[in-house]
Amino acid sequence: MENILIDTDLKSRLENLFRESARLLFGSDTTTISEIRNKAFDHFSQLGFPHVRQEKWRGTDLKKALAVDYEFIMDSPASDIDLEKVFRCEVPHFETHLVAQLNGWYVYRNSPLSVFSNGMVIGSLATAFREYPELIHKHYGKYADTSKHGLIALNTAFAQDGIFIYVPDNVTVDDVIQMVNIVDSDRNLMLQTRNLVILGKNSHLKLVQCDDSINHRVSFINAVSEIYLGEDASLDHYKLQNKDENSTLINSLFIYQERGSQLTSNAISLNGEIIRNNTEVKLCGENSSANIYGLYLMDRNQHIDNQIFVDHAVPRCQSNELLKGILDDHASGVFNGHVLVRKDAQQTNAYQTNKNILLTDKATIDTKPFLEIYADDVKCSHGATIGQLDQDAMFYIRSRGISESNARILLMYAFAAEVVNKISIPELRQRIDDMVKKRLRGELSYCDQCVLHCSSQEKTVSFEIDLSKV
Amino acid sequence: MLSIKNLSVSIHGKEILQDVSLEVNAGEVHAIMGPNGTGKSTLSYVIAGREGYEVTHGEIIYKGKNLLELSTEERACEGIFLGFQYPVEIPGVSITNFLRTAINEQRKYKGLDPIPAKDFLNQMEEKKKMLDLHEKLANRSVNEGFSGGEKKKNEIFQMAMLEPTLSILDETDSGLDIDALRVVATGVNTLRHKDNATIVITHYQRLLDYIIPDFVHVLYDGRIVKSGGKEMALELEEKGYEWIKAQM
Repeated sequence: MENILIDTDLKSRLENLFRESARLLFGSDTTTISEIRNKAFDHFSQLGFPHVRQEKWRGTDLKKALAVDYEFIMDSPASDIDLEKVFRCEVPHFETHLVAQLNGWYVYRNSPLSVFSNGMVIGSLATAFREYPELIHKHYGKYADTSKHGLIALNTAFAQDGIFIYVPDNVTVDDVIQMVNIVDSDRNLMLQTRNLVILGKNSHLKLVQCDDSINHRVSFINAVSEIYLGEDASLDHYKLQNKDENSTLINSLFIYQERGSQLTSNAISLNGEIIRNNTEVKLCGENSSANIYGLYLMDRNQHIDNQIFVDHAVPRCQSNELLKGILDDHASGVFNGHVLVRKDAQQTNAYQTNKNILLTDKATIDTKPFLEIYADDVKCSHGATIGQLDQDAMFYIRSRGISESNARILLMYAFAAEVVNKISIPELRQRIDDMVKKRLRGELSYCDQCVLHCSSQEKTVSFEIDLSKV
Repeated sequence: MLSIKNLSVSIHGKEILQDVSLEVNAGEVHAIMGPNGTGKSTLSYVIAGREGYEVTHGEIIYKGKNLLELSTEERACEGIFLGFQYPVEIPGVSITNFLRTAINEQRKYKGLDPIPAKDFLNQMEEKKKMLDLHEKLANRSVNEGFSGGEKKKNEIFQMAMLEPTLSILDETDSGLDIDALRVVATGVNTLRHKDNATIVITHYQRLLDYIIPDFVHVLYDGRIVKSGGKEMALELEEKGYEWIKAQM
């Protein structure tokens, strides 16, 4: 039997909490949400927390993270929190519309839900539950399946708030929407944040999802986002992860794509004790495409896990995965890419690449690119590489007078650049580029300088690696 | 400037160079010719400091220093430049960034301040003009997606920017069309002056129509078997390496 339940302590605490907090949890639920919540709770009770004996969790052990005595915030905090006080955005020339969650709750100034002149709605998911029941009924809980994964069930059972974005048909959103998830508490928190993003037909959105912590208490964030892309819609999605050493971040993304829709999702993971990115894409309409990119730079005892599942359910779709990582010290990584090409999904193009550089013999990567193909007219490829820095290139660079340590950084930077260059928002690309350089020089730590509130603002573009500080 | 004495080199226990001696003085151009697999590239790598080569005998003295004790980058900072037979592609690193980093590291070695950005860019323009290069090099990644000719031209461009004292050009002419060959030759000839020296390693005589050497050496089976003036290259072209073989 697969469901050997561990961490019964935390699990039973959560089960009790669910019953005790029924008033708070169900208080503002519609019937739809209540049903989903109850079902998810049953699933969580059956599934429990994941453990290393499960195939998908073989490489990521949550035992330690789950042994912490977490607290849970069941009630919404006082409204009208001044966002400026907890958070400052200082990315140069980066004009964004900022929406934030503080300890899992949507932060707002005037209204919990804003409707823009183009019809776009952004705001609190809790409020959207009540105000947009039709959209919620159609999409909420439809893409994140609670019956298979304990953590998804847990999130769905407890999710109370998060960010809701709705873009109506034929709307191109010019501003970049920035979703910031801040953890700031003097307690050890376990959070179940939940987001829902709905793009109507032929609508276009750029979305940046940032994870940040302000203090250094232990936190466990179990975030689930469901994203629906209508026909010919496009989403440019980024995840920026620069967490402290006490954070466990499980970020699950479920994307459902209609005909002709286009997804690009790029996860940049720079620091974090444990980061796991689950990305599940369902290509359900012909000629839809999904590009899934990722870059991870981990050192010390940090752990990164990227799980990607792409379901080619219909013909003529395209998916492309490129994940690259550099692991130093005792850092460890997992890549598990699974592409399923169903029987009818003819003329599928699917590519998977995972490339890794291990800088020490203590760093590890467990990579498993996997194609499961039932159609016969397809173009698919997969590959994984694990290596050290290219010795020919090292010699070439050093033969120009560049020291060995700088040559290493130059090569690591070059390795990372392939993913960074895929960022289509120039200001963001520049910023990430700077952060990657700093990270490789060892100047970027988990400290409170996330991509968004960096106090040591850098001057603009001097594209050089002056590595005198190495 | 460079004095190689009785140099023997092996890789994984296999002897590649045997008892090679070579004297190169400032202002001279030396050509090293020979068939494939005779140790020409090995000689250039050993001078430039590539790891994995074991010097079993002999020494290399460069500007009075024991070259074999210096790291690859120290040799470069001392003015040694190797033009690669197969320049390495470095995606993600622009030529501007690469060269500026290299120049600044070399300046640091010499105790100089980093080159101001404006001076650097002017220097790039100047050298491009000198070599009659029209390509937009600055923002391209080092050698990435370059044709064979472009790669070799880029080697010469780097040489022009770094202003080395001793340049070793390893088969820089291989795979080049006449235009690219001219750029390479123009570069070498323009940069040639009384204080620097060049070693041109080549399989064919063709390059030597454009770069006139002062001395020609034939490397065969890991040994320098014949040395002479520029006319020897023509003789070699005419009679082939069989002629050398017959003499041995």
